[in-house]
Amino acid sequence: MKFVLLVSDALFFLLVLAAIIGGLWARRVEHLRASWRRVGQNRVAMAAATLLVAFTAVALLDSVHYRERLPGEGENYAVEVRSLLDGLLADLRTRTEKTYSAPLSTHSFAKETIEGEGRDFPRLKFGGAHLGENLSRHGADIRLRILKGLGAGVLVWLTLWLVGAPWRAKVPHLAWDAVFLTLLVLCLMAGPVAVLAQGYHVFGTDKVGQDVLYLTLKSIRTGLLIGTLTTLIMLPAAIFFGILAGYAGGWIDDVIQYLYTTLNSIPGVLLIAAAVLMMQVVIDTHPEWFATSAERADARLIALCAILGLTSWTGLCRLLRGETLKLRELEYVQAARALGVSGLRILARHILPNVMHIVMIAIVMDFSGLVLAEAVLSYVGIGVDPNTISFGTMINAARMELAREPMVWWSLAAAFVFMFVLVLAANLFADVVRDAFDPRAVR
Amino acid sequence: MLAYLIRRLLYALPILIGVNVITFALFFIVNTPDDMARMQLGVKRVTPEAIEKWKAERGYDLPLFWNAQALGAEKLTRTIFFTKSVRMFVLDFGRADDGRDIAREIGQRMGPSLAVAVPVFVLGLIAAISFALLLVYFRATYLDFAGVVLCVAMMSVSSLFYIIGGQWLVAKVWHLVPISGYAEGLSATKFIVLPVIISVLAGLGASSRWYRTIFLEEANKDYVRTARAKGLSERVVLFRHVLRNALIPILTGAVVLIPSLFMGSLLIEAFFGIPGLGSYTIDAINAQDFAVVRAMVFIGSVLYIVGLLLTDISYTLADPRIRLQ
Repeated sequence: MKFVLLVSDALFFLLVLAAIIGGLWARRVEHLRASWRRVGQNRVAMAAATLLVAFTAVALLDSVHYRERLPGEGENYAVEVRSLLDGLLADLRTRTEKTYSAPLSTHSFAKETIEGEGRDFPRLKFGGAHLGENLSRHGADIRLRILKGLGAGVLVWLTLWLVGAPWRAKVPHLAWDAVFLTLLVLCLMAGPVAVLAQGYHVFGTDKVGQDVLYLTLKSIRTGLLIGTLTTLIMLPAAIFFGILAGYAGGWIDDVIQYLYTTLNSIPGVLLIAAAVLMMQVVIDTHPEWFATSAERADARLIALCAILGLTSWTGLCRLLRGETLKLRELEYVQAARALGVSGLRILARHILPNVMHIVMIAIVMDFSGLVLAEAVLSYVGIGVDPNTISFGTMINAARMELAREPMVWWSLAAAFVFMFVLVLAANLFADVVRDAFDPRAVR
Repeated sequence: MLAYLIRRLLYALPILIGVNVITFALFFIVNTPDDMARMQLGVKRVTPEAIEKWKAERGYDLPLFWNAQALGAEKLTRTIFFTKSVRMFVLDFGRADDGRDIAREIGQRMGPSLAVAVPVFVLGLIAAISFALLLVYFRATYLDFAGVVLCVAMMSVSSLFYIIGGQWLVAKVWHLVPISGYAEGLSATKFIVLPVIISVLAGLGASSRWYRTIFLEEANKDYVRTARAKGLSERVVLFRHVLRNALIPILTGAVVLIPSLFMGSLLIEAFFGIPGLGSYTIDAINAQDFAVVRAMVFIGSVLYIVGLLLTDISYTLADPRIRLQ
C-alpha cells in the first residue's frame, strides 16, 4: 500500500488541526470561553454539532488516500486512488449491478429480454443474492436485518454512553442530553442501514448500477471540503485587506475598496463560470502535471475552492473594514498610537483580536451557503470534476430519471436527505454561534 | 440630484473598466488563443493549420495589446484587447462561435428573462415582507417559533430540489401547466407561472428570516414604544411605523437580490426551457463559447452597477432626510 496525499487532503487535515488548536487557545481566553460555553449549553447547537462531527468523521475517512499494491513481483501500485472509506465500503463499491434497481429490491427495475423466458425483470447479481431462488423469505429477511441493526445500534450507543461518562462528569454544563439523543437517533438509523447494506442496495442503484448509499457517503467529503476550504483560502485576504483598508485609510482604502467593488459587481456565478472554464483549459492542456485522474480531479476541486473564495471574500472584507473604521477611533487604539506603537503591531494586537467575532460568525454563516452552491454549480457543469462524486453530480445524473415511467426517485431522495441534514445542521449551529458571539445581541 | 447622478455614473466607469480588465486577464492571459483553439477543436488530432484557421475566423490571430505591424492608431485598435474587450463598451459583443451576432441574441432573449425575473423580484419581496411582518406580529409565541423553524428548514433545501420537486408535482402529476417551453406575448403566462412560484418559494426562507430580524430590531426602538403607549393598534404600529422605517435596510437587501436573480434565472431558465439570458449563458458554458460568457459577464456587472445606483435614488424617496449631493 502506498499513501497518497492529495492537496485537498493536506489542507483538510490542516484545517481540522487548526480548529483543534484554535479550540485549545479559545479555552484560555476568558471572553471566548464564555461565548463558546453559551454555544455548548444550547441543546440545538449541540445536536447540530454532533451531526456535523459525524459528517466530518466520514469526510476524514474519505480523505486518507492510498494506492493498493498490485499482486506480483516488484513495486507495482494500482492506478486508482482509494480512500479509507472506499476500503471500508469495498462491498458497496464493487457490487455494481447492470442498471437501476429500487431500494432493497431483488430484481432489476426495468424489464429485459431473458433467454428462454421472454421479457421479465432480471434477478440482481448482488441485491438479495443470499436469498437464492427462494424469494418468499425476502420480507422476513428485511425485517430480521432491521431488528438486528436496531440492536446493534443500541449496543453501539450504550458503548458510547459508557465511554462518554468521564467527560460528562468533567464538563457538566454542556448539553450532553442533546448530544446523546442525537447519537441515539444516528445509531438507530445507521445500524439497520449497515446490516441491510450487507445483502441489499439500501438506497437502490443508479443508472450504471452503482450503489446510491456509497455515492451519498462519498458526496459528503466534497460538500464539506468546498464549505471549509473556500473559507480557509479566502480568510487571510479578507482579514488582511479589510483591516488594512479600515485602518490605513487614504489611497490604500480607495484601492482596496475599488478592488472589492469591482469583483463584487461581477455576478458571482459568471465569474466562477469564467474562471472554471479557464482552469479547465489549463488542466486539459497540461496533462503531464497530474499523475493520476484523482490528482486532476483534486486540482479542479482546489481551483473551484479558490475561485469561490475569490468571489466571497469581498463581503467579509467590507464588514471588517467598517468595524476597523470604528475601532480605529477608540481610545485604546489612539493611546497605542500616541505611544508610538507601529501600525502593524496595532493591527495585530489591538484591531485583529477585536474583529475576530465577525470572522467567526462569517465562517459559520458561509458554510451552508457554499455546500448549496457546490451542488448548483456542479449541476450547471462548472463545479467539481464530473468524475468527482458530489451532491451536484449525483443530482445531475438523476435529472433524466424523473421523466422515466415509472419514476426513479431514490437517488434524488438520498441526495436530498443527506444534503438537507448537513445544511440544516450547519444553519442551526451557525445561528447559535452568531447569537453567542454577536456583541449586539441582547441577552 | 442630476450632478450626483452624473458623478455616480462617472464612478461606475472605472469599475466597468476593472471588470473588463479582469475578464480579459481571465480569458487571455491565463490561456493563449492557441489553447482555446485546441480546446474547441479537440485536444488530440489537431493540426497547426486548423488552429490558425480557427483563430483567423474568430479574430484571435491578432496580438494581445500592441500590434507593431499596423499603422498609426491601428497599432492599438488592431489587437485582441481592443476588438474583444474595449468594443464591449459600445455594446459591440462580436460573434458567438456559431457565427450569430451576440448583441442581437441578447436583445431577443432579454424579454423572456425579464418576464421571469421581474415578477420573481416583486412577488418575492412582497411575500417575504408579509411573512416576516406576520412573524413579528406574533412575536415570542409558538407561531413565531414555528415560522422561524420553517424558514430555516426552507433555507436548507437546495434550490435544485425546489425546481425538480415543483416541476414534477405541478407539471407532471397534476398536469396544471406545461413542463417547459415558452411562447410570445400573453400566452407566455402559463409557461411563466410555475417558474415564478418556485423561485419565490425557494428564496422565501432566507429572506423572510432576514426581514424578521430587521423588523424586530426596529420594533424595539423607543418611537415604537411611544406609538404603542399612545394607544395605536399593533397593526398600525407595524405597517405605519416599523415598515416605513425599515425601508432603508429593505432597499439595501433588495439590491443584493439583483445578482442572485441572475443565478436563480440561470437554473430556472435552463430547467423550464425559457429562451432567456440565463439559458443562453448555460448553453455557452456547456459549449465553452468564451465570447458569449465574456459578454454576459460584462452585461451582468452593468446591471449590478445600475442596481446600486437605483438603490441610492430610492433612498431619497424612502427617507427625505437623505440628500444626494
